[in-house]
Amino acid sequence: MALRQAWQKAGKVLNGGALVSPGSTFARALSTSSDPLTLEIPVPFKGHKVDPPSSTVETSAAELVDFFRTMFVMRRMEIAADSLYKSKFIRGFCHLYDGQEAVCVGMEAALNDKDCIITAYRDHCTHLGRGGTVLEVFAELMGRKDGCSLGKGGSMHMYNKKGGFYGGNGIVGAQTPLGAGLAFAQKYLKVDGVTLAMYGDGAANQGQLFEAMNISALWDLPVIYVCENNHYGMGTAEWRSAKSPEYYKRGDYVPGLKVDGMDCLAVKQAVKFAKEYSLKNGPMVLEMDTYRYHGHSMSDPGSTYRTRDEISGVRQERDPIERIRKLLLSHEFASVADLKAIEKEAKKEVEDALAKAKESPSPDAPELFSHIYRKSYGAEAYGADRKESTVKLP
Amino acid sequence: MLAAFGKNRALVSSLLRGGNGGDGASAAAVWAVSKRFMSASGDSITVREALNSAIDEEMTADSKVFVMGEEVGEYQGAYKVTKGLLQKFGPDRVLDTPITEAGFTGLGVGAAMYGLKPIVEFMTFNFAMQAIDHLINSAAKTNYMSGGTINVPIVFRGPNGAAAGVAAQHSQCFAAWYGQVPGLKVLVPYDAEDARGLMKAAIRDPDPVVFLENELLYGESFPVSKEVLDPSFTLPIGKAKIMREGSDLTIVTFSKMVGYALKAADELAKEGISVEVVNLRSIRPLDRETINASVRKTSRLLCLEEGWPQHGVCAEICASVVEESFYYLDAPVERICGADVPMPYAANLERLAVPQIDDVIRAARRICFRKQDKRKATA
Repeated sequence: MALRQAWQKAGKVLNGGALVSPGSTFARALSTSSDPLTLEIPVPFKGHKVDPPSSTVETSAAELVDFFRTMFVMRRMEIAADSLYKSKFIRGFCHLYDGQEAVCVGMEAALNDKDCIITAYRDHCTHLGRGGTVLEVFAELMGRKDGCSLGKGGSMHMYNKKGGFYGGNGIVGAQTPLGAGLAFAQKYLKVDGVTLAMYGDGAANQGQLFEAMNISALWDLPVIYVCENNHYGMGTAEWRSAKSPEYYKRGDYVPGLKVDGMDCLAVKQAVKFAKEYSLKNGPMVLEMDTYRYHGHSMSDPGSTYRTRDEISGVRQERDPIERIRKLLLSHEFASVADLKAIEKEAKKEVEDALAKAKESPSPDAPELFSHIYRKSYGAEAYGADRKESTVKLP
Repeated sequence: MLAAFGKNRALVSSLLRGGNGGDGASAAAVWAVSKRFMSASGDSITVREALNSAIDEEMTADSKVFVMGEEVGEYQGAYKVTKGLLQKFGPDRVLDTPITEAGFTGLGVGAAMYGLKPIVEFMTFNFAMQAIDHLINSAAKTNYMSGGTINVPIVFRGPNGAAAGVAAQHSQCFAAWYGQVPGLKVLVPYDAEDARGLMKAAIRDPDPVVFLENELLYGESFPVSKEVLDPSFTLPIGKAKIMREGSDLTIVTFSKMVGYALKAADELAKEGISVEVVNLRSIRPLDRETINASVRKTSRLLCLEEGWPQHGVCAEICASVVEESFYYLDAPVERICGADVPMPYAANLERLAVPQIDDVIRAARRICFRKQDKRKATA
């Protein structure tokens, strides 16, 4: 019975055309089974004022394949953004997420559309995880019409309200009380959802974060503070900026969990656990131990404050995509060729999106004055030369 | 009858101040209202009551509206503006916050992004500086940065500007700072009608509104018509009001200074200078149309504000008039503003640091090329 269901599911997916490598010479097809599978998380959780969840996590072959595929698309997208920036298609700031993919992908596995996410400026992949498309990310990065913010936001200001993604915020730490506010609204409107307010190790010392934690603990708000600890706040290592870099403990009266952020399954387990906790009891802190391969932004080589050996070491030992690859191969859910096929398809998806984004035009000049207000009452706005350019706001 | 008149002196003087200035019809109206306080033709309410009733009605009409701030609940409001709301709407909708402006303002903005309609009270706008990043970067700019997908229907309200004897850190006027920011709406009520109509408009507005009240006006009573008291009453955002019509000089001002301008106008009328007083009601959007139309009529402009002069609201008004109505001016534009100093505590110095009615009268005479009256002006 289970086998038939699995084959039926595989059949549906086959018809969707995504997962099976057409020319595979291997006898075993790519597994798309949703049968439950339990795996052990190698790096144990560490708890602060809470008993950590079990290190045995429930997943499935299909989920693992999905993790692999999604992270690979994200990785390719960020690498393409690097080239775009160097060829001056992207201007200003560009903060890349490659290395940290397991955090947003693992999170999404434990969330649904009733939940909200708000993060800082390293948001391209988070946006994708919440239902955004690669096309709208590239177009936004290049300041084109088809960008998710119509080209008016840029790298740091991607939003998807319908998907429960509230940006995309440029001011370090500001997103944390905003996240508490989203959770407040969810509780007020009796929505069965939580808000994940994400921030980095650099932001973890911000006063407003502690103000937000205080209020959310007082008012039992369903907010989970997710510290993406990639160990460097721009060029400053955690031990140089925090008296206590044990960020999962910094909530004091707010319980916390330290999580291996390079392991999708550990992230999924932690978020599932935190969501259950938070809906009943209020805030929790999750510290994701993660790593970024790029520097802080495209203007930072990323090697003046850390060694190349450190970067390549993490890439070799802890890369999130390689971890899933090893799992899929060792459990024989996929062959090497299957995975290559997925990679090839993902590369193509990213390249196609890039090509389409390059064709997207810049916003029309009148867009300069649109969306200042939702309701403008016909107020006037002025261009640089007000005698030349006076506009009644749309 | 005389006793009744005495009791209602505040009401009487406010009636004489407002409206069209003392003439026979007004005096009769004064008698009518003073004899029957709760007359069928209208009422008199304080600015505090106006704000309280406006918030009350909007909270009743829309369950998404809620109030938060320091002491707004159990204390009944530091200035009693939110009196009774906790009892009526409960602790889920009237929230006492800790003294953490950055945190609770950010929380309010986040709630507004999701779709609620918060009213965030700052005990005074001086404290809003601790949260100003959220007003500007989180609230004002988000609709634009998100390509119009996330609006922020929030009201930030509280007393602004000088009170009495509260010294430098508690007396700043922020109208010019917030008025500069695209994406914010900035409202400055003067009387009870302004307070009711603009507050209701602000709460219903889908964008962030900075609502600058004045502590010293909270207790002042103003007559209001039945229309103003109706729950459906709102005032349009971005429209100034001509408080008093005149033909010789336009005084443009806002908030407490409107009262000063009206008093000055009464005095100047005795000297044959007919002053038109424009009550801005809205700093952003600024009603340049009404301002310029008035100056084109009178050909003279005097701007009046309590805040600092450099880069102030008056600077923008003067620029607008010089740009739009230069050829109509018969005299240079002038400003009467707060002194370029941090607010001192000593009463005599404080008096020198803010505009007085004498200053307005002197400037008016100057603009009208009149000799300054050597007698001390009565005010």
